[in-house]
Amino acid sequence: MDWLVSMVADFELWLTAAWVALPEAVRFVLVALLKILVLIIPLIIAVAYFTYWERKIVGWIQNRIGPNRVGWQGVLQPFADVLKMQIKEVVVPANSNRFLFLAAPVVALVPALAVWAAVPMSEGFVIADINAGLLYILALTSMGVYGVILAGWSSNSKYAFLGAMRCAAQIVAYEIAMGFALVGVLMAGGSLNLGDIVRAQEGTSVLSWFVWPLFPLFLVYFISGVAETNRSPFDVAEGESEIVAGFHVEYGGIGFGLFFLAEYANMILITALTATFFLGGWLSPFAGVPGLADTWLALPSFGWLALKMGLFCFCFMWFRATFPRYRYDQIMRLGWKVFIPITIVWIAVEGVMAALEIGPWAAGV
Amino acid sequence: MISTVLFYSFAAILLVAALGVITSRNPVHAALFLVLAFVQSAALWLLMEAEFLAIVLVLVYVGAVMVLLLFVVMMLDINVESMREGFTRYVWIGAVVALLVAVEIGHVVWFRSSGLQFLSTPAPFPADYSNTRELGSVLYTEHVYAFEIAAIILLLAIVAAITLTMRRRPGLKAQNVAKQVAVRREDRVRLVKMDPSKD
Repeated sequence: MDWLVSMVADFELWLTAAWVALPEAVRFVLVALLKILVLIIPLIIAVAYFTYWERKIVGWIQNRIGPNRVGWQGVLQPFADVLKMQIKEVVVPANSNRFLFLAAPVVALVPALAVWAAVPMSEGFVIADINAGLLYILALTSMGVYGVILAGWSSNSKYAFLGAMRCAAQIVAYEIAMGFALVGVLMAGGSLNLGDIVRAQEGTSVLSWFVWPLFPLFLVYFISGVAETNRSPFDVAEGESEIVAGFHVEYGGIGFGLFFLAEYANMILITALTATFFLGGWLSPFAGVPGLADTWLALPSFGWLALKMGLFCFCFMWFRATFPRYRYDQIMRLGWKVFIPITIVWIAVEGVMAALEIGPWAAGV
Repeated sequence: MISTVLFYSFAAILLVAALGVITSRNPVHAALFLVLAFVQSAALWLLMEAEFLAIVLVLVYVGAVMVLLLFVVMMLDINVESMREGFTRYVWIGAVVALLVAVEIGHVVWFRSSGLQFLSTPAPFPADYSNTRELGSVLYTEHVYAFEIAAIILLLAIVAAITLTMRRRPGLKAQNVAKQVAVRREDRVRLVKMDPSKD
């Protein structure tokens, strides 16, 4: 066994020497790539199991069993689905705009994955710790609509086009309410950096999270997030009963799979952002509870963020199993005439709170 | 070195995209080329450490303005042939305007600013320098009146545009959502109790 130990030690020495010999820029790129892999691979697996749990939970809520054929209790179902999508033929409609038709799924997926760069996972782990992180997230999520519009237009199909139009109008409408809700978070957190926003919620206990002083904004943000990702009950862009499947009606196989991945990555992003902005991100809910101090329950970690994200993911599935679809004019009314006024009023309320120094603005916090 | 390579590649794509905007026959393609041009110029601004402006350019122009423009362009039925009819008649006006613009750009770049300081590369700011904070502190202190007046003018423009385009046609049917929400079961459904028929 000695020769093996010495060989491993030699290899380690060689590796450290090679690492030090690399130029600074190359090392930076390698570390960044590694960080991206560490984030993206669990994200894709999370998307796969999101679909599995969605089918299971919606099944249970509706008194059905859900997928239970592939693997034990159907746990291998998502992999079977991915395999099926990959080996299907990619059909390009004859009168479509070929280049844009093939580019649209990629255009949808790239911003959906790129946004994750600025989302902090725990105290030390964020790929890009940028000062204008919140603006970056807003900018990239607003680019996600291009994939949908391009898919709808390039398919040269009336259903797809209708779905794309509905989707684009909906996203543009709810982005404004979302942006205003984030202005409130910005006022409370005092920073555009997501890590700093979480750190601003670090206080004595759960009561210092932003969800309490900003409760209306929390509701507006999460519901707008559901609408922004075109999820039930706001899924008129897909509307199976009226326009078949909306913007991706002409897509099959892996093209459809990429849209699916982008949509679910965006949903998980909304849960992560809601947890970060309002529920203290990676902070523990048991911090400050007497008797628990210094145990693992009171310490901040990625596990708490994952737990909060899971809670919101469950809400996504719950909504889908419970609510009937909104009518289109009701969606627009909710976005423009209800949510935007609520956010504007609450920003004014926050101004008063800041002037009187209550909540997150209290002196000395 | 790397930033020079990045600059030239972004600039090259920007030029190609800008040419595509005016040469492509399909208006949707032209709009998409414009989106690409915006994204590339945002990348150029990022290289110049103007990250706030770069992100806002993507947020406002790519994320909102161009989406609405695409929306309109996709629904138009543009006849390209009839658009090209007057080309030879108007070409001299276009040529004169193009020449003027070229002369002005040349004037600014070569004559007016020759030997000035800002042509040399400025020293980069330290890593903890926040572009957003600096812009905000200038906007909300020194230029606060200009900023607020600009905001009021924009708000006025929004209100004016809505009032100009909102027409109340007579006989228009609309839903009263408050009434719809307030409806109870008793208003719509009547439960009737009756004896089962005998025959």
